[in-house]
Amino acid sequence: MWEYSDKVKEHFKNPKNVGEIENADCIGEAGALSCGDKLKLYLKIENNVIKDAKFQTFGCGSAVAASSVLTEMLIGKTVEEAKKITNKQIADELDGLPPEKMHCSVMGREALEDALKNYLGEDWGELEDDKETESPIICHCFQVSEKDIIDAIENKNAKTLDDITKLTSAALACGRCKENIEKILKKYTKKDPAALSPVQKIIKINNVVETVINPELNKDFGGIELVDVQNNNVIVKLTGHCSTCNNAKLTLKNFVETKLKELVDDQLIVSEE
Amino acid sequence: MEIYLDNNATTKVDKKVLDKMIPYLEELYANPSSMYNPARKTAKAIEQARNQVGELLGVSDSSSIIFTSCATESANTAIKGIVSHYGTRENNHIITTQVEHPCVLSVYEDLERKGYSASYIGVNECGDLNIESLLNKVNEKTILVSVMHANNETGTIYPVKEIAAEVKKINKNVKFFVDGVQAAGKIPIELDNSDIDFYSISGHKFHAPKGIGALYVKKGTLFDPFILGGHQENSLRAGTQNTAFIVGLGEAAKLAKNALEFENKEVRRLRDKLESGLLEKIKNAKLNSKSSSRVPNTTNIGFEYIEGELILLYLNDLGIYASSGSACTSGSLDPSHVLRAQKVPFTSLHGSIRFSLSKFTKEDEIDYALIEIPKVIEKLARISPFQKELKELGM
Repeated sequence: MWEYSDKVKEHFKNPKNVGEIENADCIGEAGALSCGDKLKLYLKIENNVIKDAKFQTFGCGSAVAASSVLTEMLIGKTVEEAKKITNKQIADELDGLPPEKMHCSVMGREALEDALKNYLGEDWGELEDDKETESPIICHCFQVSEKDIIDAIENKNAKTLDDITKLTSAALACGRCKENIEKILKKYTKKDPAALSPVQKIIKINNVVETVINPELNKDFGGIELVDVQNNNVIVKLTGHCSTCNNAKLTLKNFVETKLKELVDDQLIVSEE
Repeated sequence: MEIYLDNNATTKVDKKVLDKMIPYLEELYANPSSMYNPARKTAKAIEQARNQVGELLGVSDSSSIIFTSCATESANTAIKGIVSHYGTRENNHIITTQVEHPCVLSVYEDLERKGYSASYIGVNECGDLNIESLLNKVNEKTILVSVMHANNETGTIYPVKEIAAEVKKINKNVKFFVDGVQAAGKIPIELDNSDIDFYSISGHKFHAPKGIGALYVKKGTLFDPFILGGHQENSLRAGTQNTAFIVGLGEAAKLAKNALEFENKEVRRLRDKLESGLLEKIKNAKLNSKSSSRVPNTTNIGFEYIEGELILLYLNDLGIYASSGSACTSGSLDPSHVLRAQKVPFTSLHGSIRFSLSKFTKEDEIDYALIEIPKVIEKLARISPFQKELKELGM
């Protein structure tokens, strides 16, 4: 069960401004049935002021609450004021949302943006916030910027999407930013092995085999010998108990290859002679 | 009024079970492995419970029952113990279904990362397993097949005995594990003379407390134990036995065995009443539990164009407790893997609710649910942006 604030509970139990506005000046949509949430926002605008706002939402409790509170926030505001409402303000107005539910506030912001873009057309222009942020926001649910993600990679040793999420909360909610995070990961993950010459690479692999891998395997009376390195293919010979062990293939993949990937180059593939 | 319709998640502890347990939390505290008289008493109580669990599972030699802390431990023990004992460089293939509980699926995914090759068998639109495609996957490299007996989300029963027999015809060395958590106490189980090698159960699904489970291991079947330590449970599961809870599990097994007919008649009658009532009164209700072979207590219904969590929150306020394998409830935002495997359409996938009854469910509770749930759905339908589609359904 999620820990919802009393305000969230009040808004999904007794949502305000539910329904359609028949002759709305603009309609905004966000989300989709297949994703599990969809919001339709109707606005009535007179003399640049939002006179009425209504919504229809397919979604969880916090999605309904975010839609409901958004309509309350909008009524009476000028279009310019409405443009500046952020997803964080929607969440704050609800006295906060559980981390995994932040995307509900983002959906509110997206529907609002869609509605106002429909209303203003080319006059939508640039958002001041967009200009001010020095680094683009990658995860809108948690306002995680590209800079935060690069920091996680370069200074906190984040290697996977999971690591990034653990460190920054990015992609914890809707996950729509996963693809972009993967791209950043790929771009900024250190690749010093690329700088290794073939000979340096062989020396480094041999070093790891002698100082890290064989001491471990020797404990079980086994071992490996380096036979050849062709590009990223490391060919080894099993010795001692390893040569007769049924689980040696798993050991090669799980231990030998993992260690070499970790300590030399994550592209290496280990196979038996 | 409080109406508990989430018995596949957990059940209320039967007072009779609790009463049997109390002495073992008070004066009968001796370690069953010790040498003095009080220990003999506790050891004897454990053996009696073992017999009672054996009877529920249709096992005449109860020494093939091992007590564990829960069904997740039982499943981990079986799967990891089998691959560790029988897996080799050549024989590294394991099979299961796409609709298993996470306690099986997560272990399989972990084994895949460790170099094993896994096949996941799908189900048809009614939720029935594609047995032929499972059998087609069995080959000389296969060491393990895991199939659940009954599905937790839809209640669908899979014919595990027949599948096990067919699998062994193709490769007699394959070990067959069954997650029986949702079958125990709901349908008759007969493991004697079957080809099932391992079978797991959990006490809290049939009115024993949480924190106690069991694993059946067919006589003469080797596996590498999961928890190492002392010689308890025939050296197959180390750790001082949880006497009080084992006694509770035994008593619950006895009661469950005796209540099977009640389950099949009375619980089924109330479940059917709830199910047909909801489908009749609510125009956007679609049945997900469509298999002809189903446990008597479970139904799963999708409400089109309404999201499941919202339904549960509204039902909660009315004191009606159910669950959704769909978005939000379980802390995961992905819709149910079981319903997706069954290709439930998006229109009702996110609005699917599981109702699961028990022997404690009363007729007036079902009557109340049948009055209140349609009102909730009607109210929530008015918030949905899919008014046109709902209107076409007559709402």
